[in-house]
Amino acid sequence: MQVRNIRVALVGNPNSGKSTVFNQLTGLNQKIANFPGVTVEKRSGFCQIGKAGEPGHTVAEIIDLPGTYSLYPKTLEEQVPFQVLCDPSNPSHPDVVIIVADGTNLKRSLFLCSQIVDLKIPSILVVNMMDQVRKRSITIDFDKLSHGLGIKVIPMNALGGEGVMELKKALAIELPVPATDFIDASGIAPEVVGAIRQQVRLNSSYAAFQVANNLEAIGYFKSHTHKLEKIRAALKENDFDPSRMQAVETLERYKEITELLRDITFTPAAGQEGYYRGFTKRIDNILLHKVWGYLIFLVVMFLLFQAVFAWAAYPMELVDTAFAWISGMVHDLLPKGILNDLLVEGVLAGLGGVVIFIPQIALLFMFIAILEDTGYMTRVSFMMDKMLRRFGLNGRSVIPLISGVACAVPAIMSTRTIKSWKERLITIFVTPLMSCSARLPVYTLLIALVVPQHNYGGFINQQGLVLMALYLIGFVAALGSALVLKWIIRSRERDYFIMEIPVYRMPRWKNIGLAIFEKIRIFVFDAGKVIVAISVVLWVLSSTGPGDSFRKVNTALQENEQLDKTEVNKLMAEKLRLSYAGVIGRAMEPAIAPLGFDWKIGIALITSFAAREVFVGTMSTIYSVGSTEANTATVREKMMAEINPDTGLPRYNLAVGWSLMLFYAFAMQCMSTLAVVRRETGSWKWPLFQFAFMGVLAYISSFLVYRFLS
Amino acid sequence: MSEQSTRLSGVEVGQSCVIEAFTDDEMKLKLLEMGCLPGETVVIDRLAPMGDPMAIQVAGSIISIRMHEAFNVIVRPLS
Repeated sequence: MQVRNIRVALVGNPNSGKSTVFNQLTGLNQKIANFPGVTVEKRSGFCQIGKAGEPGHTVAEIIDLPGTYSLYPKTLEEQVPFQVLCDPSNPSHPDVVIIVADGTNLKRSLFLCSQIVDLKIPSILVVNMMDQVRKRSITIDFDKLSHGLGIKVIPMNALGGEGVMELKKALAIELPVPATDFIDASGIAPEVVGAIRQQVRLNSSYAAFQVANNLEAIGYFKSHTHKLEKIRAALKENDFDPSRMQAVETLERYKEITELLRDITFTPAAGQEGYYRGFTKRIDNILLHKVWGYLIFLVVMFLLFQAVFAWAAYPMELVDTAFAWISGMVHDLLPKGILNDLLVEGVLAGLGGVVIFIPQIALLFMFIAILEDTGYMTRVSFMMDKMLRRFGLNGRSVIPLISGVACAVPAIMSTRTIKSWKERLITIFVTPLMSCSARLPVYTLLIALVVPQHNYGGFINQQGLVLMALYLIGFVAALGSALVLKWIIRSRERDYFIMEIPVYRMPRWKNIGLAIFEKIRIFVFDAGKVIVAISVVLWVLSSTGPGDSFRKVNTALQENEQLDKTEVNKLMAEKLRLSYAGVIGRAMEPAIAPLGFDWKIGIALITSFAAREVFVGTMSTIYSVGSTEANTATVREKMMAEINPDTGLPRYNLAVGWSLMLFYAFAMQCMSTLAVVRRETGSWKWPLFQFAFMGVLAYISSFLVYRFLS
Repeated sequence: MSEQSTRLSGVEVGQSCVIEAFTDDEMKLKLLEMGCLPGETVVIDRLAPMGDPMAIQVAGSIISIRMHEAFNVIVRPLS
C-alpha cells in the first residue's frame, strides 16, 4: 500500500485556538523556521494517520499559518496566509486547508472561511471551543452549516481532545474541491477578473479577484513581468480601486453569512451579553485600573526581572562550573598544543557562551508565554500604548526593554510578540542600549577606579549614584534612539492599534512548554552557530601572532614547566601584546586616542566583543595579574598605578573612566546580541547597521565626555 | 447620516451606538473584516488608564482602537 502524502495549512482568526489544534495534530513532532524572505515564524509538523502498509495511511505535513481575519494582507504576518493560499506556485501552497473557527463567534470566523472556499481549495471547517458554545447554550446546526458552505464541518474542543480523531479521519480521505461559490467575485469586477484569468491559470474567479487586489505581493509575477504589465493595463483601463473593491466584497460576504447563519445558529440572550461581561470584565476592572493596573503591572515586571536577573543566576553558575570542568578534562586528556587550545579556549568557550543563555531564555519565555496565553499581554499593550507610541514603540516593547536590563539576547528574542514589523524592528534596535548584566563588572571596576568613595549626607553613596546614572543613561539613549529610528525606518504598513482583547483564560501548560523548548532550540542551533564561529575567530586573534617574537614567548610559556606564577603572568601579558589582537589594538591606538584610550584598552575592546565582562579578564591578563584568578581588586590596583607617559599623571583619571564607561554603555560590544539580531531580522543588514549606529553613538559620546572632563 | 451622528472618539463610556460610516478607507477595511459593519451596535467598554486607546464591544468581542482611529468612525448614539 502506498503512503499518501498531503500538505495541510491551518488558518484562523487570532485567539481561535489554532495553536492548540496544531499541537493536537502534530504533538512534539514539530519545528519552527521562518517563511522564506520574511521573518514570520513558520510552525510546521507531521501528522500520521492510519498504519503503514494499510489502506488510507496518510502522512500530513501541517503548516500553521499566522492568525488573520481575512486574506487581505495588512501586516507582514498577514501577508503570509495570502501568499501561501492565493499563489499556487508558492512552495507552501497546501492540498487541504483547515479553517479553525471560534464557535462563540461563528460569524466573524466564517468570513475568512468563505474566502478560502471561494479559492476552491479543498477545506475543512473546525468549529472550536465547543465547551464554551455549550456553556453559553449556543446552538449550531452543523449539517446545515456544512451544506451551506459546501465543505466538511467538524465540531471540536481542541483543549479537551474532542473532535481530533474526526479531523484526522477526514484528512485521510481525499476531499473534493468546494463545488459552489460563496459569493460571485466575477460579478464585482467582471472585466478585471476575465483579463487576469486570461494571463494566469487560476482555479477560481475569486483567486483572480485577489490577484487584482494584491499584485505586488505575488512572487510569480517577479519572473513574468510581461503578464504583470498586461494585468496592470487592464486594472487601469477599468479604474480598479482595490480598497473600494475589498469593501464591496466584505459587505457582500457578511450579508451572505448573516443570511446563512439565520437558521443555523442561535445564541440565547444571556449568552449574547458575552462571556466578557462577567468574569473578564471584573478582572479588567482591577487590572486596567488607573492605580491598581499599573501597580500590578509593576509587580509582574519586577517578578519577570527577578527571574531573568536573580533566579537564572543559579543555573547559569551551574553551566559555568560544568563547562569549566569539561574544559579542564579536555585540556588534561588531550596532548598539549594548538589543537588542545583551539578546542578548549575557542570551541568549548564558545559553546559554553551559548549554553549559558539557556536559563535566562527559558525563564523569560515561561513568563512571556504565560502572560501571552492568559491574555494579560494584550492588556499591557493597551495600557502602555499611549506612552510608547510616541517613541515608535509598542506597548509590548516594555517586556524586551525590561528584560534587556538582564540580557539583550532573550530580550530581543521576545520581540516576536510585537505584530507591527516597524515597531518590532525599533524595539530590537534599542534594546541593547539598556544596561545589561554583562556591563556590571565593567562598570564596577571602572567606578571603583575613578570615582572616589564619598557619602552625601551620610547615606547617599557617590559610587552608587554613578552606577544609577549609567543605567539611566542607557534607558534615555534607548528611548532617544527609538525616536530617531521612528523617522529613519520607513514602512509601507500603516500602524493600526485595532486588535481584539481576548477573554482571560488559564494558561495551557503544554503550549507553554513547547514554546520554551522551541525558543531554546532556535537559539542554540541558529544563533549558537554564529557565536561559536566568532568565539573561534577571537581565540585565533588573541592566541596567535605574527613573527618570531610571538613564537618565542609562546614556546617559553609552553615548554618551561617550572616557571613560577609571576613569570607565567608576565609571559601571558607579553603573549597577548604580541598576538594579532595586540597588533590590531596597537594599530587602533591613533583612532581611539581621542577618547583617551591606549592600545591596552584597544586589545580589551577587541577581546570583549565576545561579551562585555571579558574586559575585566583581559585587563588582568594585560596587567599580568593572571586571568585564571582574575581578582578585581588586584586589577584595580594595577590599573590605578598605570601612568600616562604623555602627562606623567595616572592613566585612569575621571575623564578616561567616564569615556570608557560611556563607550561600554553604548557600543555593541556583544557578538551574541548580533547573532540573535541576525536570526530575528533574517539578514545581516540590520545587525550591521545596529553595530555601526551604536559604535558611532559610543564614539561621539566618549569623545565629548573625554574632552569635557580633561 | 442623521442629525445626532457623532464620532466614536467622542462617545462616553457605557454608551451604545450604531455604526453608520467610516471616514478613512484603509482603516475601514480593517474594521469591516473584524465584523464592525455599518448597522452593528457598539458599546464603549472603557478607556485605557491614560485615556487612549478605547475598548469597544462590537460583533461579539472587545476591540481596542486608538482615539484618532475612532475619530474616523461615524456613529449614531442610541438612547
